[in-house]
Amino acid sequence: MLNKSTIALFDWKTFTIIVVIMLVGLTTIFSATYTSTPENVTPLYIKQIGWIFIGLFFLLIGSTIDYQTIARYAYHFYALSFILLIIVMVAGRSGFGAQRWIAIGGFSFQPSELAKLATAFAISRYFSDYPARHGYNVKELIVPGVLISIPVLLVLKQPDLGTGMVITFVSVVLIFLVRIRSRLLGIMTLLILMTFPFIWHIFWENLKEYQKTRLLVFIDPSSDPTGTGYHIIQSKIAIGSGGFSGKGILQSTQSQLNFLPARHTDFVFSVFAEEWGFIGIAVLLLLYLLLITWGVDVAIKAKDRLGMLMACSVVTFFTFYCVINIGMTLGVLPVVGIPLPLMSYGGTSMTTTLFSLGILFNIRKKRFLFH
Amino acid sequence: MEQQDKNRGLRKRIGYLRVFFIFLIAIILFKAWHMQIIKGKYYRKLAENNRVRSVTVPPLRGIIYDRNREVMAKNTASFNLGLVLADIKDLELTLNKLAPITGLSLDEMREIIEENKNPDPFSPLILKGDISMQEVALIESSRWFLPGVQVVVEGRREYPHMKSAAHLLGYVGEISKSQLKEPEFASDPPGRIIGQYGIEKTYDKLLRGSMGRKNIEVDATGRERRELNTIEPVTGDSIILSVDLRLQKMAEDALGEKRGAVVVMETGTGEILALASNPAFDPNILSKRLSRKVWQTIVSDPDYPLNNRAIQGTYPPGSVFKIVMSAGGLEEGLIDGRARIPCSGGMRFGNRVFRDWKPEGHGSVDLYKAIVESCDVYFYQLGSRMGVDTIEKYASLFGLGSITGIDLPSEKKGLVPSTQWKQAARKERWYPGETLSVAIGQGYMSVTPLQQAVMVNTVANSGIVVRPRILKGIIPEDTRRIFEFPPVEIRKTGIHEDTLKLIKEALKGVVYNPGGTGGAARSSLTTIAGKTGTAQAVGRKFQANPGRFNDHAWFAAFAPVDKPEITVAVLVEHGGHGGSVAAPVARKIIEEYVKNAE
Repeated sequence: MLNKSTIALFDWKTFTIIVVIMLVGLTTIFSATYTSTPENVTPLYIKQIGWIFIGLFFLLIGSTIDYQTIARYAYHFYALSFILLIIVMVAGRSGFGAQRWIAIGGFSFQPSELAKLATAFAISRYFSDYPARHGYNVKELIVPGVLISIPVLLVLKQPDLGTGMVITFVSVVLIFLVRIRSRLLGIMTLLILMTFPFIWHIFWENLKEYQKTRLLVFIDPSSDPTGTGYHIIQSKIAIGSGGFSGKGILQSTQSQLNFLPARHTDFVFSVFAEEWGFIGIAVLLLLYLLLITWGVDVAIKAKDRLGMLMACSVVTFFTFYCVINIGMTLGVLPVVGIPLPLMSYGGTSMTTTLFSLGILFNIRKKRFLFH
Repeated sequence: MEQQDKNRGLRKRIGYLRVFFIFLIAIILFKAWHMQIIKGKYYRKLAENNRVRSVTVPPLRGIIYDRNREVMAKNTASFNLGLVLADIKDLELTLNKLAPITGLSLDEMREIIEENKNPDPFSPLILKGDISMQEVALIESSRWFLPGVQVVVEGRREYPHMKSAAHLLGYVGEISKSQLKEPEFASDPPGRIIGQYGIEKTYDKLLRGSMGRKNIEVDATGRERRELNTIEPVTGDSIILSVDLRLQKMAEDALGEKRGAVVVMETGTGEILALASNPAFDPNILSKRLSRKVWQTIVSDPDYPLNNRAIQGTYPPGSVFKIVMSAGGLEEGLIDGRARIPCSGGMRFGNRVFRDWKPEGHGSVDLYKAIVESCDVYFYQLGSRMGVDTIEKYASLFGLGSITGIDLPSEKKGLVPSTQWKQAARKERWYPGETLSVAIGQGYMSVTPLQQAVMVNTVANSGIVVRPRILKGIIPEDTRRIFEFPPVEIRKTGIHEDTLKLIKEALKGVVYNPGGTGGAARSSLTTIAGKTGTAQAVGRKFQANPGRFNDHAWFAAFAPVDKPEITVAVLVEHGGHGGSVAAPVARKIIEEYVKNAE
């Protein structure tokens, strides 16, 4: 697998960008946990280095295994993730009011992370197997519709609002990319508009109390300044007080004095913004943007329809995670518990992100071979 | 190529996706720019407010000493359980955890919080004052589970001599809501301890010092990380009182269980050596954070222990007032030392008979005998000749009817009637018969024990009225150089030396003449001159408390007669005869003074 051409065709430039973002994340985790780490406990940034290496291994796997091979087993993966989602529902480990985790050996693992890729790849395979030049009609959309609904409902049931939302968004993007009949689009829009109040009602009634408050607080953070709104307010203060050039590493008062919650995971961007200021944010966003546009390029230039759709799902997932996470820290989107790819602390996020990026490398490489 | 053609539409649409993503990132960057550059200052201020907390540091109060540098009021450390409401996320949970530690019920704690709510949520609200070391240990050990709960160390006022001189010293307490509105306390934070009564109140400005301020960096749970800068509090000035604690205790012991008051002054200077009022209270209890319940029981005590009877109790002066009458009569030339009148135990005036206290009468009476035996008939006659307005003139000259100006709050001025007063207050003319009651110190007349002391003191002090005062000196906190005050002379009465000599001679006779009413004051240690008084307490109080119809007992004295140094006034409420009840109290005090002087 690792022959000369693989190494020659490996996109070292993009790989460097990924590593740089991960190093920025590592530094921020170091700073964010500096004061709160008790003695005799392995600091989290050390653990994160471990996750990075495991993640890089997954990137290698993703870039080596042919994406067509992955697609061949897409439905199997999909079935596996379905089973895991059922297991987690029955016997999962809960944390923060939601049942999301499965413990395998000494590790905890979130099946929803697998489900999100499995779903995207399954519908990519479906749309690739059954191309429709002038757009899909209702009958042809039944299968992908079911494929999307099952994991989304199971994930929402956990409840993991963020992942459920992102899977839906990505699926919608894919459907728009492959085109549906314009008449169907009109009918669907009408249908959604007509049934919206009903759907909203079901949606709202099925939310847990903390999710409702999160959404309400998002609309008006000051309504609950010490509870859930506290996270949003403190995050905004952290980012805003960073100013143009930031307070410097380890100098962030909001972070060092524990005002910021979840500052090594979901709110790692706030810590970064407080310490590095607007300059830091601009550079970081540029790095992310370079990575994203590179991913879009990979999709456009992919060898076949399958590669294009798989690349699109990967890059769309990546982008939405970034946008939703940062939007949440800026207070423009509700707090839904989504990590910032490549920067937030955590093994599951790191490995799945790097694995999916590996697939992009693989899709890119394939267009140079076999031509 | 064919395949590429087939997917051209898809490729084009993926191209739009790129624009969409760039657009999303651009929005984020714009929002970040808006927050960090446009509103950066605003957020930086919020971050500072988060991190920096300004807390007030109360100063220590000045020490109060007696004239011999005996400590009368000092400060000790007290530990209080405080809540910083801003740091408490779940108040109910916190209170539930605190209930077993404090022994307070949830309702009690809620009530305390409601009553003492502070507009500044970062200042600790005291939930329980003076907690034990065991409670301190319990709270400190569970600090991590009780964010916002603190042990607040404060200087608490301590009065080592307990009830001794309670009314004179007063007590301290938290500034009240209405006091906060006064301009004097405009810059003070709520919860500040200030003097609320007695000397503590009068000289609060000297004693209280000035507040310090400390800026500290805190973390999200309100725990202090480090101090940023501090303005140290300034300890209040210490003061030296004229009071002699030994004499004060002697006065209190001499009063014993009897309700009443004692005033002891240095004759020439007006310095108060002792000022007792019984029943008293323990200022240590009142200076703690009181619950409403404890306060209610003190306030509603039928014996009014908070009332300083020495300056706030007004009583008819009784026969002690005959001193003023004598001075007035002699000065006006209405009587002289030799003229005698017959006394048969009563005097008819109009259609009423005014009785003497001695039913069989005193026989032939001159001024000396009239004072020594306290003959009423002599003064009925003098009174009717003087008229109430002349009586009023002399009473006022001796300081009656207006406050003495002692440095204690809420002094009462009593009442000296006149025709003008009656017209204004009662819308009625003055009846000549009423003058007779006034002439023996009854009727509308009322004075405080302190006024009585000042009046007698004026006789002892060659007719000079002095202002009684308690503050003897100040020890400023910065220089520690003692500053003492000269005595304040209010006015010279202009009473002639001859007049005073006659009266003094008679007052000595009260104690030493075999027929004198004040024989119980006779002492082997020194010569004492004085006047007894027995004031009728019948009237409104009689109807309210039929069991307490006994007369008030007075004795006002000075010693030694030749060169007076000490003046004493004793009042025993419903004590009966001044000669038997009040005179021994005065004697004990004077003897103690003489013993100490040796």
